[in-house]
Amino acid sequence: MSNLRKINMRSLGDSAIVIEFGDDINPLIHDKVIQLIKIIEQDPFEGFIEAVPSYTNVTIYYDFVTVYKAFSNKNNQTISKIVSAFIENYLHKLTIDAKLEHRTIDIPVIYGGKFGPDLEEVATHNAISSEEVVKIHSSKEYLVYMIGFAPGFPFLGGMDEAIAIPRKNTPRPAIPSGSVGIAGKQTGIYPFETPGGWQIIGQTPLELFLPNMSPPTRLQSGDKIRFVPITQEEYEHYKEEHQ
Amino acid sequence: MSMKILHPGLMATIQDLGRYGSQKYGVIVSGAMDIVSLRIANRLVGNDEKEAGIEITLYGTKIEFQEDHLIAITGGDLQATIDGNPVAMWRPIFIQKGSILHFTSAIKGCRAYLAIAGGLAIPEKMGSRSTYLRAKIGGYEGRTLQKDDVLQTRDISKTNEMFIKKMQSLTEPLSWSVNYSAFFSFKKTQTIRILPGSEYERFDTNSQQHLLQKPYTVTMNADRMGYQLKGNKLQLTEEFNLLSEGVTFGTIQVPTNGQPIILMADRQTTGGYPKIAQVISADLPKLAQMQPTNQILFELTSIEKAEQALLKRERKLYELSIGIRLKTL
Repeated sequence: MSNLRKINMRSLGDSAIVIEFGDDINPLIHDKVIQLIKIIEQDPFEGFIEAVPSYTNVTIYYDFVTVYKAFSNKNNQTISKIVSAFIENYLHKLTIDAKLEHRTIDIPVIYGGKFGPDLEEVATHNAISSEEVVKIHSSKEYLVYMIGFAPGFPFLGGMDEAIAIPRKNTPRPAIPSGSVGIAGKQTGIYPFETPGGWQIIGQTPLELFLPNMSPPTRLQSGDKIRFVPITQEEYEHYKEEHQ
Repeated sequence: MSMKILHPGLMATIQDLGRYGSQKYGVIVSGAMDIVSLRIANRLVGNDEKEAGIEITLYGTKIEFQEDHLIAITGGDLQATIDGNPVAMWRPIFIQKGSILHFTSAIKGCRAYLAIAGGLAIPEKMGSRSTYLRAKIGGYEGRTLQKDDVLQTRDISKTNEMFIKKMQSLTEPLSWSVNYSAFFSFKKTQTIRILPGSEYERFDTNSQQHLLQKPYTVTMNADRMGYQLKGNKLQLTEEFNLLSEGVTFGTIQVPTNGQPIILMADRQTTGGYPKIAQVISADLPKLAQMQPTNQILFELTSIEKAEQALLKRERKLYELSIGIRLKTL
């Protein structure tokens, strides 16, 4: 790949290396993140543990002892250097214009009412109607940049700023699992019941964390999602179907 | 083969060496805080070192053994007793049916590890038996151990059996134990070696100096997720927007209040605070044995030295495993 110069590599202590592709939230940068992980996972070096994507970078975790046993040499190279050299080889396999296949996943959401107690507030704050908030929120496609904070929790990009709103001043002690919320310019889905300050506009009947499945989450970094408004009847139906 | 929890104590959980490979799904690593002690405990009973054991925190845990078992206790000294009599740590122990093992209170370190020959009969979840409290998976029903929980052990291996026969054939009490000082010291003030973190350069010169010259105290907010420290405030040269990204065991983050947090075994997979430093892997077990009010002196080191320290530890563990074999066969 031609602009390797823009790629920055740094170690995270003696057990991981971070490969940085840029510094802003951008689908093109993220495509490289996903591409690098695919390349490594297809042909991992001995001692590779796992790769974790974020908005702009990939953290590669390795097992020091395994790499040492397999590759330590007489040049007194550090294991960190040896792993960096492997990563550089992977980076050469990156292609700039590779067309990445993104899965698109529909997330059914019941908006407003007891499922989305803050929908009105989001509407008032942005001087639009509740219906418009729902329309804007459910008309966009969102990119899953990363999963973190909690198992299955997607960090999404692509929300329209016309429905942005600051977090609540006082967080709620318990937000039900499946709640769809807005915090600043971000939208997200809570996979677990947790305390939180997001403005809750709806709820999905889908479970995001599936500990008995492989992979254990419904969404993965690189997926695209759409929120699809559903009625209470459809919501109950989904709940029954997935239990 | 089973044992019953008579009292859970402050906190006891089932842990192995961690759940790797699912961090990209937001699934945390967990695992023993002090992996060296767990590995040694497993070796002492003839288990694979990846086997799950029980991590006992500070005090109170009481376990009744419902059959004869071969066990070993390592890690922090929680003044364990069997039926009221002090019991030696860092060696195999043949414990008889009906005996009660009690971890009374910590005089050295913070966490003890109990390994049982054969290992615990706990199903693996995503490749690990470690307890993941928030997701309620792994360990014993995904939670901390509670009164009246009954833990089953799996069938013992040939190695376990040899260890047990050797223990049963002894006419006098065992005379040896592992010299843990080759791996640990349990002091109230510890030197912990660090490497610069990803945002080290973003902190002002004063803060960089404070981190290395002033002690930081482990506060009461110190648990399996992380240790909140208290000391001289650490400040950025200027505020900047940092996106969440991967973190690891020993990552030292600094939230806006300027007081560092060291991420431990139950850390989240990603973090969004500036990372001033990273504790080297070789010093993590020592850190895991520190208690609230203990003090840390950070010492900056190099990746070369960090790797040498880890290599030295692994060599010692290897020699130890051979030594244990020779003594028990």
